[in-house]
Amino acid sequence: MSDPSLPAGRLPLPRRLGGGGKPAGLSGAPSLALGPPRLLKSAGFRFATLFAAMFAIAAIALVAVLWWATAGALDRQTDAAVRADAIALAERWREAGTSGLAEAIEERLAVDVENESIYLLMDAEGTRRIAGNLDGWPRGQTDGVPWFRTRVIHDGLAVDARLHRLELPGLRLLVGRDETERSELRRLLTEGVVWASGAVLVFALMGAWLIRHALQARMGPVFATTAAIAGGDLASRVTLSGRGDEFDRLAQTLNAMLDRIASLMEGVRGVSDAIAHDLRTPIARARAKLEDALATSADGESLRAVVEQGIADLDGISRIFQALLRIAEAEAGARRAAFAPFDLAPVLADAAEIYEATAEARGQRMLTDLPERLDLVGDRDLLLQAVANLLDNAIKFTPPGGTVQLAARRTPEGIEVTVADNGPGLAPEDRAHAGERFFRADKARATPGSGLGLSLVRAVAHLHGGEVLLEDAAPARPQPGLRAVVRLPRA
Amino acid sequence: MRILLVEDDAEVARFVRKGLQEAGHTVEHATNGRDGLFLAASEQFDMLVLDRMLPGGVDGVRLVETLRSQGNRTPVLFLSALSAVDERVKGLKAGGDDYLTKPFAFAELLARVEALGRRPSVDAPATKLRVADLELDLLSRTVTRAGKRIDVQPREFRLLEHLMRHAGQVVTRTMLLEKVWDYHFDPQTNVIDVHVSRLRQKLDKGFDRPLIHTVRNAGYMIRAEP
Repeated sequence: MSDPSLPAGRLPLPRRLGGGGKPAGLSGAPSLALGPPRLLKSAGFRFATLFAAMFAIAAIALVAVLWWATAGALDRQTDAAVRADAIALAERWREAGTSGLAEAIEERLAVDVENESIYLLMDAEGTRRIAGNLDGWPRGQTDGVPWFRTRVIHDGLAVDARLHRLELPGLRLLVGRDETERSELRRLLTEGVVWASGAVLVFALMGAWLIRHALQARMGPVFATTAAIAGGDLASRVTLSGRGDEFDRLAQTLNAMLDRIASLMEGVRGVSDAIAHDLRTPIARARAKLEDALATSADGESLRAVVEQGIADLDGISRIFQALLRIAEAEAGARRAAFAPFDLAPVLADAAEIYEATAEARGQRMLTDLPERLDLVGDRDLLLQAVANLLDNAIKFTPPGGTVQLAARRTPEGIEVTVADNGPGLAPEDRAHAGERFFRADKARATPGSGLGLSLVRAVAHLHGGEVLLEDAAPARPQPGLRAVVRLPRA
Repeated sequence: MRILLVEDDAEVARFVRKGLQEAGHTVEHATNGRDGLFLAASEQFDMLVLDRMLPGGVDGVRLVETLRSQGNRTPVLFLSALSAVDERVKGLKAGGDDYLTKPFAFAELLARVEALGRRPSVDAPATKLRVADLELDLLSRTVTRAGKRIDVQPREFRLLEHLMRHAGQVVTRTMLLEKVWDYHFDPQTNVIDVHVSRLRQKLDKGFDRPLIHTVRNAGYMIRAEP
């Protein structure tokens, strides 16, 4: 498989790769053997051979049709004329006897200016010539075969002739045509075909070579990119030819795949950054508090208070961690295994009920508008968590006296769950960032929360094949409120 | 109660053991699944507290499956760092009775251990639950205190029923969320507190003696004596 000229274990540069060859060297081994595949294994070679074969078959078919239409047609024309002539002469013999027949032959010979016709009338034994322009019966052609081609002496020249033999009682008639010119034509045709065949072969091989190289050239960027990525350069993308053909589509798909991987990697990196920042900060804070207490706390009571605070901080950290894990699980689609059919309506009613008391305690009203049933296939706990996060957000950011609304309805596309409030809403520039992990609008920084709520909602929606839309609940008002719409497609 | 703790992390084991002993329980400790299985199968325990992932070839789930296949019905509480829902389902399916994710507050562990260890007897299902002068009728689904009828919502009824079934025991917020609402999720805010305080207001209105007590850093408890 690998190019023997390359040192073992070295990655060959994917500059001149065999077109389309199976990258068998890719499986597992870290040293990628991407050298040109052996000729017979090369898909480019196979395509090229196929092309040459098709080209040759087409050429052969063309020549066959051409032959049949030219040389064949001439032969058939000659035969038809000879046959008609023979029938007419036989008719003449029946009407006017042997002398009449002889006369007819002489007449025909007299008007044959092109000197093409050949006639010979002899007695049954073939010893006496009665009429015609041949000196004697052609040798070797005495019996049986009615149609034949032979060399005769005509007009003092040896010529090729197409002859038809007719037996009449007591007579033998030979009708034919001089074929010298036709033979010449046939010879020219044959010559032409031979030359053309040679040209066909040359063109087929050239075409094959072109195909193979075109394939290699078009596969080259894909190979270069994949090899670069395997080598660690994740930013590499396949260059498009701009032709919008299959190769470009393949490249586009490949690039889309790479983009998706990149965004996932970005997400992972984002989580690491977020963990680094948003988990380290509270950890550092808790640690500082404990250390400070250890150094300065005089009495047990204040030390105790600090330790309690430390435990609360750790619980907060562990909750952030749990939320991150849930988001990661949802994003990875790992929880799809836990999908089961269930009715979302009572779950939403429960969510409203769980949060209604809290809303009421903050002087808000909770309104619900839920249908009887909302059958769905999904993860019940995660969907509840998502709705809970939205309700929690809405309650947190709506001032006392405000309204929080939970509604759900069936749409032709699936299910739509809406949580709306009449709080201050979200500025359009923040809306784009809402849903990013740990994003918190400046206004929200004073409110407790991890900034993970909406990312989880988004991850849960995506897990179910849906999406989350954020919009102003009442766009014209100074307090536009926020409406979060979770769209879940029909299972 | 005599409790078997199977936990490989020495620090967690020491902490759990000390806490359970201080709460008045006897604790045996095994550090791997094989020893744990041997102890659980050969001695009598009221309760098993198992780490889900254990060294020694026998993990928590295998241990419980083996015990259950031998007809051992000792209540089992899983402790696990695996928090995914299907992991918890796996643990409960294997025969575990409850599942607690690490890290946990000891109060949460103790409340769950005591709730599991003193489960209401199945033979004589009570039709009425009583705590001091508070009475909950499971058949007519009514609540009375000192003979006076108190109106409660269906969910409040279930909340009260759960508290009364575990009268004298601490019931944590997550336990209420799991048992009364039947959800496993993080409510972000103190939603359960609001529900309990609402119920408390209804029960204690017009009475000097509060029945539902908040246990600091743990949860709630309903009991007659203050």
